[in-house]
Amino acid sequence: MTIALSLTILVLIGISVWQIAKIFELSQSKKENTQVANDNDNRYNGQLMFAFLLFIYGITLYSFWKWGDVLLPEAASEHGSEYDNLMWISFAIIFFVQTITQALLHYFSYKYHGKKGQKALFYADNDRLEAIWTIIPVITLAGLILYGLYTWTDIMSVEENEDALVVELYAQQFNWKARYAGDDGVLGDANVRFLQDFDGRNLVGIDATDPNGLDDVIVQELHLLVGREVIFKMRSQDVLHSAYMPFFRAQMNCVPGMITEFAFTPNKTTDEMRLDPDVVAKVKKINKIRAENSKALVANGEEALEPYVFDYLLLCNKICGASHYNMQMKIVVDTPEEFEKWMADQQTFAQVIQ
Amino acid sequence: MSTAAAQVHEEDHGHHHKETYITKYVFSQDHKMIAKQYLITGLFMGIIGIAMSLLFRLQLAWPEQPFGIFEVLLGKWAPDGVMDPNVYLALVTIHGTIMVFFVLTAGLSGTFSNLLIPLQIGARDMASGLLNMISFWLFFLSSVIMIASLFVEAGPAAAGWTIYPPLSALPQAQPGSGMGMTLWLVSMAIFIASSLLGSLNYIVTVLNLRTKGMTMTRLPLTIWAFFVTAIIGVVSFPVLLSAALLLIMDRSFGTSFFLSDIFIQGEVLHYQGGSPVLYEHLFWFLGHPEVYIVLLPALGITSEIIATNARKPIFGYRAMVASILAIAFLSTIVWGHHMFISGMNPFLGSVFTFTTLLIAIPSAVKAFNYITTLWKGNLQLNPAMLFSIGLVSTFITGGLTGIILGDSTLDINVHDTYFVVAHFHLVMGISALYGLFAGVYHWFPKMFGRMMNKNLGYVHFWVTAVAAYGVFFPMHFVGMAGLPRRYYTNTAFPYFDDLANINVVITVFALIAGAAQLVFLYNFIHSMFYGRKTEQNPWRSNTLEWTAPVEHMHGNWPGAIPHVHRWAYDYSKPGQEEDFVPQHIPLKEGEEELQH
Repeated sequence: MTIALSLTILVLIGISVWQIAKIFELSQSKKENTQVANDNDNRYNGQLMFAFLLFIYGITLYSFWKWGDVLLPEAASEHGSEYDNLMWISFAIIFFVQTITQALLHYFSYKYHGKKGQKALFYADNDRLEAIWTIIPVITLAGLILYGLYTWTDIMSVEENEDALVVELYAQQFNWKARYAGDDGVLGDANVRFLQDFDGRNLVGIDATDPNGLDDVIVQELHLLVGREVIFKMRSQDVLHSAYMPFFRAQMNCVPGMITEFAFTPNKTTDEMRLDPDVVAKVKKINKIRAENSKALVANGEEALEPYVFDYLLLCNKICGASHYNMQMKIVVDTPEEFEKWMADQQTFAQVIQ
Repeated sequence: MSTAAAQVHEEDHGHHHKETYITKYVFSQDHKMIAKQYLITGLFMGIIGIAMSLLFRLQLAWPEQPFGIFEVLLGKWAPDGVMDPNVYLALVTIHGTIMVFFVLTAGLSGTFSNLLIPLQIGARDMASGLLNMISFWLFFLSSVIMIASLFVEAGPAAAGWTIYPPLSALPQAQPGSGMGMTLWLVSMAIFIASSLLGSLNYIVTVLNLRTKGMTMTRLPLTIWAFFVTAIIGVVSFPVLLSAALLLIMDRSFGTSFFLSDIFIQGEVLHYQGGSPVLYEHLFWFLGHPEVYIVLLPALGITSEIIATNARKPIFGYRAMVASILAIAFLSTIVWGHHMFISGMNPFLGSVFTFTTLLIAIPSAVKAFNYITTLWKGNLQLNPAMLFSIGLVSTFITGGLTGIILGDSTLDINVHDTYFVVAHFHLVMGISALYGLFAGVYHWFPKMFGRMMNKNLGYVHFWVTAVAAYGVFFPMHFVGMAGLPRRYYTNTAFPYFDDLANINVVITVFALIAGAAQLVFLYNFIHSMFYGRKTEQNPWRSNTLEWTAPVEHMHGNWPGAIPHVHRWAYDYSKPGQEEDFVPQHIPLKEGEEELQH
C-alpha cells in the first residue's frame, strides 16, 4: 500500500512540476519571443543579483547566529589552542575575502545590467592591476603557509621520551581497543597471525613468546593522564580506519600492515571539561533536544532516551563498512591518582591467557 | 599548424557520405552528433546521481525512519522502508562515481570539447572521427556496466568513490566489495580508455587542424581550457588505470600490492608486504587532477559566456591562459593533500601544503579577472550568463575553504568531515554543474537549432542558486562540529544530537534543488522539439561556431572554412559600429589588433 501510495505521490509531483512549467511557459507574452534577454530581463535579474548578495550575507549571519555554538568542540590538548588560533586567523581572512569579492561580483552584475544602445567599456588588460591581485594573495598565502608549517611540524614531531605514555590503538571492524605497555614500559611484539591463539583471548595478537608483552594491558576504554604526553601507536587488523579525536585536535589513519603514530598532551580532565561553561551549555542544549525526542518515543510506548553526560570521544573517520557510523570508544582523561587506581583494576595479558 | 592537412580539409567540401539512420544517429562519426550523444547520456546519468543523493539525504535528515520511496526503489535493501547501512554506503559511493566521472567529466568535457573544438578552431571535424565514435561508445558501455552493477545480488560498490583497499579488495569486509566492485572496476577501466581516446583526439585536433589565422594566442578560452584539460587527462588517467588493474590483481589473483597482515572474519589472510597507502598515492595522482579535469572546462565555458554577455573583452586574456596552465601544472603535484593523515611522512605533508596553497594564486587571478570583466560591461543577463556568474560565486565560496583543508595542520580536525563535503561540492560539484548548465543554455541553439525558454531558465537558475547555498553553507557547520562524512546516521553519538535540525534544513533545500532540475529537464526536452527556431548568431558572439549554418551539416561549413583575422574578444571595440566583431572579419584599415 505504502509502495503504491509513494509511487503515486512521486509521479504526481513530477507531473505537477511539469504542468507548472508548461503553464508558466504558456502564460508568457507572445509579443516578443526571441528568448534572448531584453532590457526588462536584464533589469529584473540584475536586481535579483543584488538580492542574492544579501541572501549570501543573510545565510552566513543566520548560520553563525543559529549554529555558531556547534563549531569546533572545546580544545583539550596542549596544541589545541595553537590549532584554534590558526583556524580562526584563516577564517578571518576567508570571510574578509568572501565578503568583498561576493559584493563586487553581485554588485557589478546589478549595476552594469544591459541597456539597449549602451556600449560596454573596451578594457582588455591592465598589467599593474593584475600584478596587484597576484602579489596580494602571494603575500597572504606565504604568511599562512609559514604559520601552518610551523604548527604542523610542532604537532607532528613524535619524539620518544621517557615521560610519555605509550599506548597502542587497535582498530578492527567495528570497535577500538587500547593496549598499555605495563610496568616495563615496552609494548610486546604483535601480529595478526597470533590472533587465534588462546581461543581468541589474544585480542590484539600479542606474541606470547615475547616477555615484553606479558604485562601489557588491553582495554576497551581509553584512559589518558592530564598533563602527560601520550604517544599513540596505531594498528588495524582488517581495513583502513581513522582514529579521530576531535576534542584533542588529533587524527591519524590506522593502516593494516603498518604502524602509524600521533602524539599529544591532554590538558583537561574529563571532570574539568564537564564543568567548563561552554560544555555545560552544550550538554544542556543536547539534553533539551533529547527530552523532546523522548516525549515522542514514550508516546509510542518506547523507552525514553538517557540523559547525555559529556565524555571525550574517539570516532572512526575512514569508511570501513556497515557499522562505520557506530565505531567509537570512550576516552577518559584522569588525574594521576585516578589513572593508577583504574590501571590497578585491569588484567595483564599474562593473566588473560592463563 | 599542419598545412597539408588543412588544405585537404579545405578542399573536401561538397563531399558527402551517404548516411543511413544508423550512421547518422547511432554510430555517428560527426563531432556534433557525438557531442549530443555525450550530453544526453551525461544528463541521464546525472538524473540517477542526483536522485541517489536525495535518497541518502532523506536518511540523514530523518535517520532510520521508514520511507515508502525506499521500499519502492531499494526493495529488499530497505526492509520495511528503512534504509540498510550497506545501501547507504553504496548510494554515496555510486553518487560520487557517477557525478564526478560520468556527468562532470564525460557529460561536461565530452559534450563541449566535441561540439566546440572543431567549430571554434575552424575544422571540418575531429582529427579522427572513428576514434571519437569509439570513445563515445566506450563511455556508453561503461555507463551501462555501472548501472548494471546496481542490480547485482550483493549490491553495488560501497567503499566510497575512492574505493580504498582493503575495504574494496575484500568481499568479506562488506557485501559491496564482491561482484559490485568487480563491475565498478571494469566500468572504470573502460571509462578511462574512452577518456584517453577522447583526450588524444582533442589534443591532436587543437594542435593540427586550426584554420588559417587561428594562432594559439587567438584561441577562445574555451579551447584553451579543453586543450589543457585533455593534457591533464592523458597524464593522470593512466595512473588510475594502473591502480585499478593492481587492485583487480589483488582481488582476483592473490597478489599483495595493497594488502598486508589482514585478519578478517576469523581468518588470517595470506597477503604480505603490500600497502594501502600506495593505492592512495596512485588514486589521488589522478584524483586531484580530476578535480581540474572537471572544473577547467567549466571555467573555459564561463570565460566565453561572460565575455559574450558582458559585451566586453575578457579581462586579462594572457593571465587567464597562464592561470589555466599554472593550475594544470600545480594540479599534478598536490595529490598528497588528500593524505595528510594517511600515515605518510609528515615532511611530505609540508611539501604538499606548500604546493596546494599555491593553487590559490592562479585561482584568485581568475576570480578577479571575471569580476573585472563585468565592470562597466553591458551585461546581457541570459540564463547562461546567470549560471556563469553563479559559477564564479560558488567557485569563490568553495575555493576559500580550500585554504583551510589544504593546510595540513587544519586538515587534522576537519579531514573527512562534512566540511570537506561542503567544500568540494561548492568548488567543483556545483561550479562545474553551473558550467554545464551555462554551456547547455548558451550552445543549445548550436546543438539543436532551437532556443531554450529563457524564463524557465531564470526560474531554474534562481531556485538552484538559493537551494545550493542552502544545502552547502550549513554543511560547513556540521563538519566543523566534527561529524565524519559517510556516516549512515549520527544518532550513535548523543554529542551530535544538536546537528539534527541542520541536517533537516540541508535535506529540505536539497529536495528543492532536485525539483528545480525538473524545470530544466522540461525546458530541455520541450525546447528540443518545440523551441523557437534560432537565428544564426543569437547571442551576437564572435567565435567561429556561429558562422556555421544553423542546420547541421557534415563538414560544418558549406563553402571554404572561414579564416581568422583577430582574437575572439573584440566586443564593444571603439571605432566599430556593432558591439561585436566576429573573428573572421578582417581588420579595418588602420585598425590595430591587440597584441597577445
